[in-house]
Amino acid sequence: MSVLIDSNTKVLVQGITGGHGSFHTQQMLAYGTKIVGGVTPGKGGQKEHGVPVFDTVEHCVQETGATVSVIYVPAPFCADAILEAADAGCKLIVTITEHIPVLDMARVKDTLRGRDVRIIGPNCPGIITPTGDNQGCKIGIMPGYIHKPGKIGVVSRSGTLTYEAVWQLTELGLGQSTCIGMGGDPIHGLGHKECIELFNQDPATEGIVMIGEIGGTDEEEAAAYVKAHVKKPVVGFIAGQTAPPGKRMGHAGAIIAGGKGTAAEKIRAMEAAGIHVAKNPSVIGATMREVLG
Amino acid sequence: MKIHEYQAKQLLARFGVAVSEGVLVTDAKEAGPAWDQLASPLAVVKAQIHAGGRGKGGGVKLARSREETIQEATRMLGMTLVTHQTGPEGKVVQRVWIEKGSDIARELYLAITIDRASGKPIMMASQEGGVEIEEVAEKTPEKIFKESIEPCLGMQPYQARNLAFKLGLRGKQVSEATKIILGLARCFVECDCALAEINPLIVTEDGGVKALDAKITFDDNAMYRHKDLAELRDLSEEDDKEIEASKYDLNYIALDGNIGCMVNGAGLAMATMDVIKAHGGEPANFLDVGGSVTKEGVVGAFKILLSDKNVQAIMINIFGGIAKCDVIAQGVVDAAKEVDLSVPLVVRLEGTNVQKGRQILEESDIALISATSLDEAARKAVEAAGATR
Repeated sequence: MSVLIDSNTKVLVQGITGGHGSFHTQQMLAYGTKIVGGVTPGKGGQKEHGVPVFDTVEHCVQETGATVSVIYVPAPFCADAILEAADAGCKLIVTITEHIPVLDMARVKDTLRGRDVRIIGPNCPGIITPTGDNQGCKIGIMPGYIHKPGKIGVVSRSGTLTYEAVWQLTELGLGQSTCIGMGGDPIHGLGHKECIELFNQDPATEGIVMIGEIGGTDEEEAAAYVKAHVKKPVVGFIAGQTAPPGKRMGHAGAIIAGGKGTAAEKIRAMEAAGIHVAKNPSVIGATMREVLG
Repeated sequence: MKIHEYQAKQLLARFGVAVSEGVLVTDAKEAGPAWDQLASPLAVVKAQIHAGGRGKGGGVKLARSREETIQEATRMLGMTLVTHQTGPEGKVVQRVWIEKGSDIARELYLAITIDRASGKPIMMASQEGGVEIEEVAEKTPEKIFKESIEPCLGMQPYQARNLAFKLGLRGKQVSEATKIILGLARCFVECDCALAEINPLIVTEDGGVKALDAKITFDDNAMYRHKDLAELRDLSEEDDKEIEASKYDLNYIALDGNIGCMVNGAGLAMATMDVIKAHGGEPANFLDVGGSVTKEGVVGAFKILLSDKNVQAIMINIFGGIAKCDVIAQGVVDAAKEVDLSVPLVVRLEGTNVQKGRQILEESDIALISATSLDEAARKAVEAAGATR
């Protein structure tokens, strides 16, 4: 079991003929992901790594029955790509692309509010459900080999820091049910709270790792949810404990502004909710092992 | 991207926001003619730097004569202005804005930014203008009035009127303020701002409403569709190393420590700083090389790290995803040929194409300290930096 995706999920790739799209399509296929189609306007009829390419998402969905789209198109065209996927009936849209203007995402989110579609990202590594024997479902850019099937759900705002945490878990023999990279932008799709809610309801997930960073209030909202609803052990980490205020730390969303969004505030909220906060990013896995006993 | 006050005012004026007439001066000789041109009994001489708190540092002065105007402009141009936002080193004033003085009856606050919780722009207004708004928000949040803006619809006139009346404005001031508020909202959306602030928004003795000071920051990700606004960038206001980094699409932020960091991913870069600190070290910088990094980018990153004289050791921490370990490794090897690698180099590679990456490093003759985990890499970097010192 897993959340949102499993080894039967049918996935289409928007921007499949681009550099990143093509490379990662190959990687996803190798991991076992059922990539059933790709979309690049004007390149319909071609094949990319054996995957049929379509001109429109609508056509691709009709022909292949894909329910999930993963987007690699360049930032200026992303808002359009997300809306196209939603209108074509995709239920989950994973946007890998970074540097999307924040007002584009504001309009996308506004347009899709109340619709039966979930967004992951943008500016994220994607989502993965490891199943083993090249049967897993990897939708995004994360290196597949660091994951291992298991019972820990991982949600994170960061890409590579997620890999770091997952690798620690795997090295300690703690596999993962599903790992979700929610992305580092100020306006994004699923947040910590929604992901933890999904993990909480998933019987195959026995422990949850949440990795946050400075800026915003996602972690505080998740902590309130954990306090009220979650009995499963939750381990947390907040990146940016040593970040200076007023400086945007790479992610558009990672900034301490007006004294708000500090690591200290978030850690306080998480600890008050019973979340086991790792003080140091190198002991995220070890903290989970300790908590599980 | 930040711009100067005078640029922000000129931009806002295009959206119908009332501002005072002014003249930009970069040479004290231009100050006299500026006074003549304004033909006002009162002028304000304002130092243009990308930081707030200028008044307290002597960067904003009233002038009641031609002589005073020249005197203040002469004093400010070339001075190092230190405010609570510049850091102790301050900023050198290279531009001065001279504008018509205003008789201030009331000082109000107006700003629009993105509210992350709702995912929508939010307009904020307060009767407590001209002061530190963070303090007002902290101590008396009820004094800040807010209107959430529908991203696909834009701010509506009734929302602007709501704020105008809550600001205690009456009569024709309401329509003047409404025009300013709607103009500010339109500027925010059409120019892809991250923040657009008028502080203070003033009511003059004769009952008019106008923007006395303005601050605008743009969304860097949207600058590709605003070539005209991109030209407003003033490179002299930015850190040299940060400018160099932006040429290679690297995210670099200078810090005070002695361990240079090169990491892929913002979260991991922050976590790397945190773990260095946990081992008793001090990071010299935040550096995220990003996902699409090239060999040239890695070489550029190396040069930037080594140009910081405080750096006593370099720690490379790469967990390949979209970035590939072999590309990074080749960049490190190329950089070592081009630059004099005078400090210890600790390298930790993991993720996409890690085997190829490690092989490239092993086959090169660069002296490096390798590490397999984040913790080990940080510990070795802290030790190495200590040893160099």
